[in-house]
Amino acid sequence: MINIASLIGISISAIFINNFVLSRFLGLCPFFGVSKKLSSATGMGMAVIFVMAIASSFTWVINSYILEPFGISYLQTIVFILVIAALVQLVEMALQKYSPTLYEALGIYLPLITTNCAVLGVALINTGLNPLTGQPFTFIESLLNGVMSGIGFMLALILMAGLREKLELSNIPKTLDGLPISFITAGLMALAFLGFAGLNFFSSIGG
Amino acid sequence: MEILLPIIIVGSVGLFLGIGLGIASKKLHVNVDSRISEILNALPNANCGACGYPGCSGFAKAVAEGKASASGCIPGGSKSAHAIADILGITASTGEPVMAVVHCKGGIAEAAERALYNGIQDCLAATIIGNGTKECQDGCLGLGTCVRACPFDALKINQNGVAVVDPEKCTGCGKCIKVCPRKIISLIPKVHKIFLACSNHDRGGKVKKYCTVGCTACTLCVKATPSGAISMENNIPVLDYTKEENFIPAANKCPSKCFVDLVKKRPKANIDTKCDGCTLCVPACPIPGAITGETGKRHVIDKDKCIGCGICLNICPQHAISLWGTGSIPKQARMA
Repeated sequence: MINIASLIGISISAIFINNFVLSRFLGLCPFFGVSKKLSSATGMGMAVIFVMAIASSFTWVINSYILEPFGISYLQTIVFILVIAALVQLVEMALQKYSPTLYEALGIYLPLITTNCAVLGVALINTGLNPLTGQPFTFIESLLNGVMSGIGFMLALILMAGLREKLELSNIPKTLDGLPISFITAGLMALAFLGFAGLNFFSSIGG
Repeated sequence: MEILLPIIIVGSVGLFLGIGLGIASKKLHVNVDSRISEILNALPNANCGACGYPGCSGFAKAVAEGKASASGCIPGGSKSAHAIADILGITASTGEPVMAVVHCKGGIAEAAERALYNGIQDCLAATIIGNGTKECQDGCLGLGTCVRACPFDALKINQNGVAVVDPEKCTGCGKCIKVCPRKIISLIPKVHKIFLACSNHDRGGKVKKYCTVGCTACTLCVKATPSGAISMENNIPVLDYTKEENFIPAANKCPSKCFVDLVKKRPKANIDTKCDGCTLCVPACPIPGAITGETGKRHVIDKDKCIGCGICLNICPQHAISLWGTGSIPKQARMA
């Protein structure tokens, strides 16, 4: 029943073609806020993967078994924010109790991304149709989409952090120093990622 | 009626999540955290970084984990150390409260300049260009690098162009010491109100030429301190505050008035009727002629000459001498 081609397609699409930061332009705030240091970018990236995976699986269940049967899918956004926020709080408490090491590693980034638009974005995308199969996302597909979108976010964040660490040392005109040059860098990265659109999985595998 | 269904569903989802979180917060409660926030409340929360941790929260965490000492917060001093100790259930070993002092008082009025400086108004910048504008190579440049470094607004450049520390505001965090290019700021215990306000290493005659309040290395202060708490190092007296010495005689003996006494008016000694005229106090007094009297008769102290050092208090076998007047009494006199 599991469509392997679809899963591979979702993975590559979420990481490269429809990268959350560089193609969909979601979650830009943490992208610029936490990309100053490679180590904190890694921590943030791990936290995003974690939260996206949990959020996409729970919101899929809520959407499929509560919202759609009652015909109130138009309340998705509000309910998803509620669910994601509560879920992250719960996960944070559980982690602190049962896995202090992981809690330490994720640190401040876990509560920070509670209402990150990228997390909400992946939950909302999962309620639509899978462009590869033309069917609604299955549970496995939406979970994978969450994880892979998180990995895509982490990839963009780590690339950016690496570039910004190099930028710190370079001779930049004073007016462009700091955030301005980061914005320009991010724009160039987005242009580069546009190249992945040529992979065009949707037409070749889908259908 | 159509509106009811979404209200009920979203409401019940919210209720369910709320109750779930409520139960979870009780079940998954971690005790360690409450201590950290309590410690954080006991700290000044100035985030000065003097403890070596990133901000007060980092320090609070380290204290709760036993990695940092309860008395590690310098600005909080003994107050927060004891509060933290109460939270942790341990006894705090607090160091003496300390304050920064500037070892120079030769300003515009006293110290000669050798150049006119129009560069960046910063001591470090001025030092790089020909080691500052003062003839004295160790004097305060008065451009306020330390003032800008102070997180507690305790330093200012006075009208004479020299940096002075406000003892009330200073917490002894030591940030000014690190930034001073002349290295003329140091910490002294707050109970000691006296310090040497000169750092010049030149010989006497040379100093006289360019600063009227410069130390001439005459060593009179060393001689006035029999315990050896003052020693000469590289033509400058060094005060050893660990010896709990009474520096009042030394400060008064200094011919160049290099010492600063933060107590403006010292209390004066007074001999009461218990005096049996044993004369022991006369040679003990550092000021000749301040105590007079014949053997067997009650002695008298000349209030104008008395410097209030309190040495005679410990000497008197009859306990007939006490300090009168305003100002704080020197530590040793109080212990007697």
